[in-house]
Amino acid sequence: MTNAIKLRNYHAAVWDEPVVMEMGHPGRRGIVFPQAEDALRAAAGSIDAMIPASMRRKARPSLPELSEPEVLRHYLHLSQQTLGMMGISLFGTCTMKYNAPVNEAVVARPELAQVHPHQSEEDLQGTLEIVHNFDLILRELSGMDQFVFQAGGGADAAYTHCCVTRAYHASRGELEQRDEIITTIQTHPCNPATAAAAGFKVITLMLEEDGYPSLEALKAAVSNRTAALMINNPDDMGIYNPHIKEWVRIVHEAGGLCFYDHANFNGVMGKIRAREIGFDACMYMLHKTFGAPKGGGGPAVGAYGCSEALAPFLPAPVVIKTENGYALDSDRPHSTGKVREFWGNIPQVVKAYAWARSMGAEGINEASDISVLANNYMEVGLLGIRGITRSNPDVDSWRMEMTRYSLETMKAETGIGTLDVQNRMVDFGMDAYWLSHEPWLVPEPFTPEAGEMYSKEDLDYWIAVLAQISAEAYATPDLVKTAPHNQSIHQMKYESLEDPDRWAMTWRAYKRKRPSVGNSDS
Amino acid sequence: MTYARGTAHPWMANSVESTKQEMLAAIGAKTIEELFEQIPADHRLSRPLALPPALSSESELRRHLIQTLSKNQTCEANLNFLGAGCWQHYVPAVCEEIVRRSEFLTSVFGSPMSDHGRNQAWFEFCSQIGELVNMELVGLPVYSWGCAAGHALRMASRITGRREVLVVKAIDPERLSVIRNYCEPPEMSDHLAVTLVAYDPATGLLDLSDLRAKLNERVAAVYFETPSYFGIIESQGAEIAALARAHGAETIVGADPISLGVLAAPADFGADITVGPTQPLGVHMNCGGGVGGYIASRDEVKYAREYPTLMISIGETIKAGERGFGLSLFHQSSYGMRDKGKDWTGNSVYMWAVANAVYMSLLGPEGFHDVGTLILQRAHYAAKRLEEIPGIRIRLEGPFFKEFVVDFNETGMSVAEINRRLRKEAIFGGKDLSADFPELGQAALFCVTEIHSQSDLDRLHSALSKALAS
Repeated sequence: MTNAIKLRNYHAAVWDEPVVMEMGHPGRRGIVFPQAEDALRAAAGSIDAMIPASMRRKARPSLPELSEPEVLRHYLHLSQQTLGMMGISLFGTCTMKYNAPVNEAVVARPELAQVHPHQSEEDLQGTLEIVHNFDLILRELSGMDQFVFQAGGGADAAYTHCCVTRAYHASRGELEQRDEIITTIQTHPCNPATAAAAGFKVITLMLEEDGYPSLEALKAAVSNRTAALMINNPDDMGIYNPHIKEWVRIVHEAGGLCFYDHANFNGVMGKIRAREIGFDACMYMLHKTFGAPKGGGGPAVGAYGCSEALAPFLPAPVVIKTENGYALDSDRPHSTGKVREFWGNIPQVVKAYAWARSMGAEGINEASDISVLANNYMEVGLLGIRGITRSNPDVDSWRMEMTRYSLETMKAETGIGTLDVQNRMVDFGMDAYWLSHEPWLVPEPFTPEAGEMYSKEDLDYWIAVLAQISAEAYATPDLVKTAPHNQSIHQMKYESLEDPDRWAMTWRAYKRKRPSVGNSDS
Repeated sequence: MTYARGTAHPWMANSVESTKQEMLAAIGAKTIEELFEQIPADHRLSRPLALPPALSSESELRRHLIQTLSKNQTCEANLNFLGAGCWQHYVPAVCEEIVRRSEFLTSVFGSPMSDHGRNQAWFEFCSQIGELVNMELVGLPVYSWGCAAGHALRMASRITGRREVLVVKAIDPERLSVIRNYCEPPEMSDHLAVTLVAYDPATGLLDLSDLRAKLNERVAAVYFETPSYFGIIESQGAEIAALARAHGAETIVGADPISLGVLAAPADFGADITVGPTQPLGVHMNCGGGVGGYIASRDEVKYAREYPTLMISIGETIKAGERGFGLSLFHQSSYGMRDKGKDWTGNSVYMWAVANAVYMSLLGPEGFHDVGTLILQRAHYAAKRLEEIPGIRIRLEGPFFKEFVVDFNETGMSVAEINRRLRKEAIFGGKDLSADFPELGQAALFCVTEIHSQSDLDRLHSALSKALAS
């Protein structure tokens, strides 16, 4: 079927846009501020008297000087040189969703944008009501007893769990003893990383043939030093660990807590509830599963929910409902303290609430249906393409919402690997696919996640592009190797980015390290 | 219309029944249900989800959201003097326009070639922050100022191999709480001991004698802020940095970037690492959801190798003379090394970095000078007017930027009561400090920025006079 699809003649915008630091002209202004009123200026006194000599800025910062339209056009050009989700983006583990403009329009209004978190509770009732009602929705989806939204992303929610784990074991006088957190090699890196940053030693269990670590390996790992298990399920190969209840039982028996990283919630939402499986806590990513936009990497929210037993240790404040409306409960003596200032990326919480309200129970359930259907539908097409195999070939059950594939065969036969294919995909207006977290357990991996937004035709198109690139790999590998050809820029050379003498994270570093380049243009 | 199965949902193309059947037929399955065969039956939820009724029509949804949010009071309809970590600055419309661009808004990760424009915008964020703080190495932003400070202290600990940090006591309690979490509780073997350094109760400046008493060869870093939580411009930066250096400790400075058109760049008085908030640069308060933090330092390997953040570097493409922007030092991040990586990273506030870049480009050198000057003038005018009111004094004598501590002790009235009365005049009074800083008694932190006109400040003066008189 896919052979019949006509591929688009795509080309990205090429603006050849200078770096803003080299644009403009001395004296131009992009904004002017009001003049201080004469009486105000006279009463305030001289600026020199307000700043001690040691703290006065001697020279103006070397920022560009541009007019307002120049700034607007520059950043519009940059936006046009960003693929974003203009094409088809099946970026696995990130659950690409429709980010409805109605949500953006609502949160841009002063009723939210122009609100200060230290306003009195009676002046924040609208926000508090939405936060509380969304908490209730997540409780229903998870079976947990309380959610907080302070964490600024999924990794920050994993970190929140580590902080809650510390506070919980400290309250029982066992924190010094319980210094180990168990995770698996297929669990997102943020789990071991935040556990280590929170001061725990990390035990990572490796996978066995069926796609997950064995119960025996877990039993060998737990002890009276176990503080917690941090794990996702299904993993991002699309394999669900059917023994997870037993895992939770074993960890609980050893005295540890169980944290469910629900990054891969899209395939199971409405189907299972973390608390019923026995988990003490879980995390949802509102910028993924719940339809808030990713913004290239935030602002994001890792919604962290837990059982009643762990709730006293949550970061404060917690939004609660009272007889008189909604309130912020800050008087929580056992709280782990804050993981971030204030109480969360509220606009993202509102967008996630809006997503859940638009979908409703039926819609949420149907979205997981469609995600799993779409992933298995894609498998049929993708596995028909030369050079593509899938992980765990012996696991013959239907996969969940994601499948991990391998281009090991293609690489061996043509020299074209997964990074090359990624580079070529964007020539067709399709966002580069997700590979796999480090380390690569599957050689030359890639991991699409179809989700519920994209149409069947979109999925067919995506498959057709992969088929096209496969054909090129076998016929004209150089075309793939030197890709992209239709993008805003050509293939990046990466060596200089790891060389201390050449990397440049700012324009001023660039000018110093490449004097001939940095100073010649203007 | 309420959404129900059988009706296509506007956000799900494949919710059309015939499409599902077509896809099922293509894979050789009879029902969608059988695709969930991996999940044991006793893991499954045995009843339908009980959620509020769906609002699938956009008009109903919009109406519901706006009706609910309208229960908030806003800083647009009221006159606001709250700051304390989240400040009301003017957000230019160009910033609002750019962050609503779908390409930026919906981008996920992409590649340096396909998301070239966004990567360039990130580089321009780092480059312009670098100019404000006079430092060459700037990471992509982290969640907040407190998170930036926490990471910076951990970086200093790894650089020096030491496990004690000195933190100024005049600090936002929220930020201090975040820092304490980053430094880990004493039970953990990697614990960093946080010792608070007193501030001079008369001036609000850091107490140098207390700093001298607490500095020793175990201290990894000294952390202070300018302007401080109390708004005080720390004039002893060079002395603090010299003292820290003499003991082999790193100097970490927290600095509000909107002050840096008029206040000295932290590098110029000895900062090794600079951190601070990004929200003042073109991001709305968003009920606290606009915050973000930056980390900057000298471009030396010893610092670069300890950054937990993603870093974006300018570089070259295979076409001669063409530039691109790619990730640098990725391998040392938690994505590259899991538990062996530097702290951790993940989704952060990168969209706000684009807003920040636009803001800094609009202001330029003169804009930062002008906004800093205007804030100083307005804040000082406000302080002078308030001091005219019997019973009110400005508590700390040190120089201040946009925030200042108003002492109400002699009025015999609590800040809570005063703020209640101001509220009736559609004014949000300053942040109540009485619980967090009992040594100040009944005092509040007032924030005055470029948005406050003289008539706004005169209105505060008369409302406060009235509140105290009745």
